[in-house]
Amino acid sequence: MAWQDDWRRVRAIARKDLTTELRAKAGFNSVASLGVTILILLGLALGPDAAALRNAAVGAVWLATLFAGVLAFNRSFQVELESGALEPLLQYPGPRWTIFAGKLLGNLLFLTVMVAIVVAAGVVLFGVRIPAGWASLLGVLALGIVGVVVLGTFYASMASRSRAREVLLPLLLFPMLVPVLLAATTASKALLGADLMHEAGAWIRLLAAYDLIFLVATFMAFEHVIEA
Amino acid sequence: MLPASAASRDPHPAPPPPTSPWLGVAGVAAVIAAQTHAILTSPAEGDMGHLQKIMYVHVPAAWMTFLAFFVVLVFSVRYLWRRRENDDLMAASAAEVGATFNGLTLLLGMIWGRPAWGVWWVWDARLTSTLVLFLIFVGYLALRAFVDDAGQRARWSAAVGAIGAINVPIVYMSVHWWRTLHQPPSSPATLDPAYTLGLRLNALAFLLLMIYFIRKRYEIARLERAVEHAAESAALGGQ
Repeated sequence: MAWQDDWRRVRAIARKDLTTELRAKAGFNSVASLGVTILILLGLALGPDAAALRNAAVGAVWLATLFAGVLAFNRSFQVELESGALEPLLQYPGPRWTIFAGKLLGNLLFLTVMVAIVVAAGVVLFGVRIPAGWASLLGVLALGIVGVVVLGTFYASMASRSRAREVLLPLLLFPMLVPVLLAATTASKALLGADLMHEAGAWIRLLAAYDLIFLVATFMAFEHVIEA
Repeated sequence: MLPASAASRDPHPAPPPPTSPWLGVAGVAAVIAAQTHAILTSPAEGDMGHLQKIMYVHVPAAWMTFLAFFVVLVFSVRYLWRRRENDDLMAASAAEVGATFNGLTLLLGMIWGRPAWGVWWVWDARLTSTLVLFLIFVGYLALRAFVDDAGQRARWSAAVGAIGAINVPIVYMSVHWWRTLHQPPSSPATLDPAYTLGLRLNALAFLLLMIYFIRKRYEIARLERAVEHAAESAALGGQ
């Protein structure tokens, strides 16, 4: 079956990327440490009033995720480029979207683990009180991560091959992520409070729609972007 | 000799015929005439007085911004579809002109907002999404500046242009939900008839000027490409 072959390719690429990450560990450790460091700096800049910190917690966690996560996306292509592996990868038979999907899956797992660490640090450092409906908070987090990873991986496939990759990727990516940032922070804040306005649901639908639209759009565009 | 498919994708462009300077002269004259007409004929507005006159530059600039972004979208998609280099150059030219009008829209809006609202900036939907649009333009132009290979630059910026354009309504909607303060947008439908003719004339004058800017920029872009092609051919030892 063709789709089973494609799925195997996707898994193979994701597994390869994650194995490299697991064996080196330096990449993940430094990105996650940077995320926590940014959180600490934000706490120092915005604190020490406990109520103000609690209010800022959601925004701080998302900013730390974006600023640290952006480094992970370039890495996933840079590693290929440095060892001259992208060209052979492109010459393997099979559709090219599987390369994008594999990178996407690898980055998704990478960022999920990183966000788990950043969120745990944020809860402790900013004194967040976990509400009873924490499961929907996890849902918001997951949808937000998907949005960040989809566009992050897509733009990194270009930025990592340009002359100014360190500055180009955030410059391209961050304005595009404005809806994700707004939706994820507003929905999380609503869910952390009592959600008296019942606004979280609308934001979650917006996040889901955003993820879906850009999943389709980036898969369609990747073919044009990856060719040498 | 390149294979036929590669050669047809990347034809050596001939230098274009120069854009007539009269289009530019006509554009500038039209802006002066339309502004004069609007300032002389429109009455002082009830709440804002003569402050309202900023509308005649601010609103047309905003319309031109969105029109230019639409041109970027159309030519980006057309490039990905047909792979003609000129479509890429047209998208790039429209992006530069659009970014200029975008910056102008923001500045003029702030100049109006300071006396009208008492602050230079408010985080309302239209202002914020216009600012985000500007940042998306900046990213697009930065990408073009940092990629040397012409084919890669064209494909990548077409993808970034098209995907950025998809995001414009989503950004607008998200910021709109987040917070809204702005008065309903000025358009002939919401406007007192005393002001509509002035707004329409100024929009037409701005359109003329924008067409001239984009054509001129496109002409320059094609000349730049012709030089690059000539340099490539020379480096490969003629032809």
